[in-house]
Amino acid sequence: MNELSRRKFLKGGLAGGAMVSLLGKSSKSEAAPSFGGYPDSMGVLVDLTRCVGCRSCEAACNKEQGLPAPDLPFDDMSVLEEKRRTSEGAYTVVNKYEIPGKDHPLYRKMQCNHCNEPACLTSCFVNAYRKTPEGAVMYDPTVCVGCRTCMIACPFYVPAYSYSSVLNPVIKKCIFCYETRLKFGRPPACVEACPKEVLTFGKRTNLLKIAHDRIRNYPDKYVDQVYGEKEVGGTAWMYLSSAPFEEVGFDTHLGNDPIINYVKEFLTVVPMVLTIWPALFAGFHLLATRKDVQNKENSAGK
Amino acid sequence: MQMDHIPKLTMRIILAMVLAFGTAQISSAMDGPDAVELNALAELYGPVNFDHTMHTDIAGDCAVCHHHTTGTPPQDPRCAKCHAKSGPADEVACQSCHAAKRFEAEYLNKLAADNTIYHVDRLGLKAAYHQRCMGCHEESGAPNGCQDCHTRNDAGDKVFHAGQYAPPPSAHKAKEGH
Repeated sequence: MNELSRRKFLKGGLAGGAMVSLLGKSSKSEAAPSFGGYPDSMGVLVDLTRCVGCRSCEAACNKEQGLPAPDLPFDDMSVLEEKRRTSEGAYTVVNKYEIPGKDHPLYRKMQCNHCNEPACLTSCFVNAYRKTPEGAVMYDPTVCVGCRTCMIACPFYVPAYSYSSVLNPVIKKCIFCYETRLKFGRPPACVEACPKEVLTFGKRTNLLKIAHDRIRNYPDKYVDQVYGEKEVGGTAWMYLSSAPFEEVGFDTHLGNDPIINYVKEFLTVVPMVLTIWPALFAGFHLLATRKDVQNKENSAGK
Repeated sequence: MQMDHIPKLTMRIILAMVLAFGTAQISSAMDGPDAVELNALAELYGPVNFDHTMHTDIAGDCAVCHHHTTGTPPQDPRCAKCHAKSGPADEVACQSCHAAKRFEAEYLNKLAADNTIYHVDRLGLKAAYHQRCMGCHEESGAPNGCQDCHTRNDAGDKVFHAGQYAPPPSAHKAKEGH
């Protein structure tokens, strides 16, 4: 009788486990497809072939976002000699790349790329991030607990932390000028400041058409790729270049899946592990040690 | 005396109009204006006095800057497909085609509302100037730095943290020391 019920229990346990794994699979393929971005979201197409590295965008960003005074004036080109990253004091920076075999260097503007499916957003466990329908990835410092997981999650190393603030350090990054401009249908300050229209602002879907038209019209000028069209599930800021993207500081090994896709499978297992496994293995343990307990009870009774 | 006054007055009106419209081109003759005051960046820079006559002599062909609008055949074969014989346009000023507010909602909505517009990727006014001017200036070895053409005003210095608004030299060195 005892043997039979144990077998039944084990069978039931296995069937339950199989059910859970099946459910887990189906929920992954049906309930959580890739988001792909809001249909009318805005973006910026950055054409590296047009940039002369004047840093007007940096100056405009500094003013618009009320950032601290720079260490050097924005017309000081000596800063281009080193590769800079975005920081708490600079939401956008321009870097210079000497391209072998070309007379002119290429300049690359960096800022938050405002991903369709942002890794910072999906990695944040207090939902401090949101993606607005206009396309901006926004951050709410009031709920942020300062874990800085977003800084590690971002494939472009964009979010910066205000380490200089002792009492209330927060994440600092480009917000697409959402509060002052994008919300009202206006282009970000850097776009407006750019003298050569390196930055083209518009609906992301239209920008993609424009980008591919430029490549089609000037095949000798451009590499046949729009960086950000597909990378990590697509980004609002996209790039055209005359040199291979890896030569101008882009990571070309990010893949086309949103970062969340790499952990979705794992994350669906988490509830199963946390809820079913303890009960299941506690049951196994009780069954396996039942005889010992009985023996102990029997010997105690004797 | 009276006769002298009239041209002066006319000149003043022309000047006033140029200032008022910033980038307006006044056709004083068939060949275009002698000079154009470009003032699209008035917020941060002083106006640029563009010597139209001198540049006409250097370019030799109106189409270099005016594409097909002056009636000369366009240089780019891509443009010639439609514009080889499109004749002179009513307006030839840069700003009549290149929008000063290229990325404001009004212009973007205009583009979105009309699917017959071919030139959806037409440069805005500021970029049209800079692409054209800087392209030739680089090829010909003419001055090509920002302040070679633009004199930055006080507001500009403030935005660029330059001139009297430049950070003290110690600021940079102090940070380097860390």
